[in-house]
Parts: sequence; C-alpha cells; structure tokens
Amino acid sequence: MSIRTIRRLLAGDAQSDRIVPPSGITAHLILFAAAAMAFLAVFALALALAAGRVADRWSDDLSQSATLRISGPAEQRDAQTEAALTILQETPGIASSRPLSVQEQAMLLAPWLGTDLPLQDLPLPQLIEVIADQTGYDTDALQQRLTDEVPGAVLDDHSRWSAPVVDAVQGLRRLGLISLLLIAGTLAATVTLAARAVLAANAQVIEVLRLVGAQDRFVTRAFVRRLTLRALVGASSGMVLGLLAVLLLPSGGEADGFLTDIGFHGIGWLVPLLVPAMTAAIAFVATWLAARQKLTEFS
Amino acid sequence: MIELEQVGYDYGGGALFGDVSLSLPAGSFHFLTGPSGSGKTTLLKLCYGALRPTSGRVSAFDDDIAAANRDDMAKLRRRIGVVHQDCRFLDHIPVADNVALPLTVAGRDLVKEQDNLGDLLDWVGLTERADALPTELSGGERQRAALARAVILSPDVILADEPTGNIDWEMSQRLLRLLIDLNGMGKTVLIASHDLSLIRAAKSEVQARVLRISDNQVQLAGADL
Repeated sequence: MSIRTIRRLLAGDAQSDRIVPPSGITAHLILFAAAAMAFLAVFALALALAAGRVADRWSDDLSQSATLRISGPAEQRDAQTEAALTILQETPGIASSRPLSVQEQAMLLAPWLGTDLPLQDLPLPQLIEVIADQTGYDTDALQQRLTDEVPGAVLDDHSRWSAPVVDAVQGLRRLGLISLLLIAGTLAATVTLAARAVLAANAQVIEVLRLVGAQDRFVTRAFVRRLTLRALVGASSGMVLGLLAVLLLPSGGEADGFLTDIGFHGIGWLVPLLVPAMTAAIAFVATWLAARQKLTEFS
Repeated sequence: MIELEQVGYDYGGGALFGDVSLSLPAGSFHFLTGPSGSGKTTLLKLCYGALRPTSGRVSAFDDDIAAANRDDMAKLRRRIGVVHQDCRFLDHIPVADNVALPLTVAGRDLVKEQDNLGDLLDWVGLTERADALPTELSGGERQRAALARAVILSPDVILADEPTGNIDWEMSQRLLRLLIDLNGMGKTVLIASHDLSLIRAAKSEVQARVLRISDNQVQLAGADL
C-alpha cells in the first residue's frame, strides 16, 4: 500500500463513493464500536498518564529526600545531632540538612497522637531532613559512617516503603497501556468482522465491478474509505464523550491523591486527539486487509 | 482477438470440455448454441477469464490469460463487453450511472463523457429511463442497459450469454439489431443462445458462424440452421 494509494483514498471520489450502497446495521456497528472503544481509550489514557505522573512525582520527590533519626539517650541527643549534621555537611551529594523543630515533629505526629499531647515529655527521637543534590550521595557509605561515629543514628532514604508504592503505580501505568493495546486489538477485530460482513453483503456489487473492469484497488478504495470514515466519525464522538466524562470526574482539590488526579494536564489534553486518528488507521488497515482477502474470491 | 487452443475444463464433477479449439477473429460474428447445461456459459466465461481452463490455452489480444494477474484481467475486461441473461446492476444507483460504471472504474471523467453516455442511452432506447433504478426496469430494458454498459468503453469484443432469454420476440429482435449494428462497427460478437429462431433471423442479416457444443466439443453447425 503506497503513500499515493493512501492519499487517493483520503481525497475520495464522489463517483466511487456512490458505488458502495448505503450501509445498514453493520456499518452502524462500526460507528458504535469505534465510539465505545475511543471512549474507553480516553479513560485508559487518562489512567496511564495519571499513574505516570504520580509515579514520577513520588519517585523524584522521595529519591531527593531522606530522614535521619537520632534516637540515642536524651542527654546525648543534642551532641549526636550536632555530630550528625557535621557529617552530613561533609558528605558529597547532600544539598542541605536540618533538624526538624519540635513543632514540625508535632505536626507529623498529629494525625496519630492529636495536638494536645505534651511531646516534650515523650522520648521522641530527633529527626533530621536530608535533601540530596542532583548527583546524589552514597547511602551505604553514609550509613556506615553514621553507625561508626553517631551510634543510634538511623538513615531512612524512604526506599523501603516508597519502592513498592512506585512499583504499584508503575504497574497501574502498564495496565493502562495494556488496556490501550487490548482496546486497539478489539477494535481491529470488530472492524475486520464488520468489514467482512459488509463485503459479503455486497458480493453482487463486487461481482459487477469486477465484470466491468474494476481493479482491486478501486473496489478496495470504495469500501475502505466508507468504513474508515465511519470509524473516524465514531471514534471522534467517543473521544469527545470520553473527554467530557474525564472533565466531570470529581476533583480532589488540594489533596495529592492518585484517584483524584485521573485526567489530563497541560499538553496532555492533546493526547486524546490521537485516539480518532489511531482508530481510523486501525480501521483502514483492518478493512484494507479484509477487502483484499475477500476480493480473491472473485475472478 | 480471442483464441482457445485445445482447452479443457473440469468443473470438479467431471470434464465439461476435453479439447476445444475456437478462434474469434476481429470483426467476426458468432453464435454459440447447444442444449442447456452443455457449457455455453462456461465457454464464454473462459473467453473473458472468469474461469481458467484446466488444460489448454486461452489467449485474448495475443496475451495468455493464464499469465494475467488480477489487474491485467480487469484491464482485459475493459476490452471485452459482457452481457449476461441475468444481468446484474448496482440497484441503488440510477440506470445512467450503471451504464457509466465502466467509465467510472476506468477513471474516466464522466463530465466529459456525458454526450457519449446520452448518445448510448438513446441508441438503446433508454433515454427516458436514465434516472430510473435498475429494479424499475423491464426485462428488455435491463438487457439493453446491460448492452449499453458492455459497450460504453467501446470494447473490441462483445460476449452475450442468452441475451434474449428473458424478453419477448420483438425485444429480442431489437437487441439482436443492436448487436448486429455493433458488428457493423467492427466489433467481434459472440452470442451464446439456445434460441434457434433468433439465430435463423440473424443469419439473414449478418454473416455469422454458428457453433454448436455437442459431446464436449465445439463444432461448426450444419445446414439445419
């Protein structure tokens, strides 16, 4: 199939367009199937993009920060904190480090302990926030030095709990992409079946066309154009409905949650525009293959 | 124009032809007759490549049909006009568009061909029925529309399979007259028909060879015709 063939197909021909009879329920099936698949594809895209955003954000945020916990005896805690801060300042790859204030630690504990508890009476460890620079630091080496010089200091780079979460979100993104592939495959199968039905129903038309000297590409073009345009119209409708549905999803406001962030951001709103184009391309190829195969039945 | 050399055809249940040779020279007029089921339609289909022989060679315009690909066959059919007894049309478009169908598939500009189309419809007496749908035509009108469609590209050969099978005598004579006119323009004509009265009527107006299919062979018919 050459570029010229595709161009001629898209340009159309009023005469050859008339040759295919007004189609019935089968062509409407293509319209509906394309609309439904495009609707689902928009959701799968929104899911995949949202999962990607969350995974990237968590991965970036958490990989840049770590927490150092000083949990030695209370009388040694200040000295250990000073020693730890000195080590952190000397460690390459660390952009900044600072001990959290009592108020900040109280805020972190508030969801579990409430705000009325006298934290100063509790043997809380001192937390130090560690922010890495772009090059990062050697976690193992730092942990080893802290163990040697500041007993009771424990470095938590968040990987223990963040890795499975990021993996899970990445899995969701993969699921979204697999869904897109399945949707494309289902659409191709549906269009192929519908195209075969249309071609079978129009066997007499094809027979007449061959009798009067129509080449295969003429017959193919007439059917492929008709069915591809229907798929394109159906997919465009489904995409618009899908986008409206995504727009109407409840927002989580300021909350930073995955389920409240399903949708498109910025240039991402342009991605669904690919759905009708891809649908038309799938319909084009599926119908073209079905037509070429069907035509071999005619002399 | 069209040559069949020692052609055999087996339809799967046995040999319909064993060793048929036939030549249709340019400008000739042939009738092909024989009882129902003798293979007249099959022989015509072999002539325009709708069927491939199981043995022997069919050539059209000096090209071996067996070597022709699908596009070659399509182009060949633009040079061979075919009229069937049960002529088929695209029932959703008007008669004029059906007649012009070979022009459309050949990529010709229909606007430029409007005069020719009008003349052709006038020649077959269907000017008044140009906008009718094929389903609205009588048997005779359908045959004439099929003939107009078969000749609109000015083919070199016209093959007609029982063209008068579904129409009355008067209409048969009219259709025959059109085919004789075409032969007068230098076209090669082959008519398959079991209607001997039609063949006798034609022989008084045109120099025609009458071939008969008998015992799996094609023979020149004798003086009984």
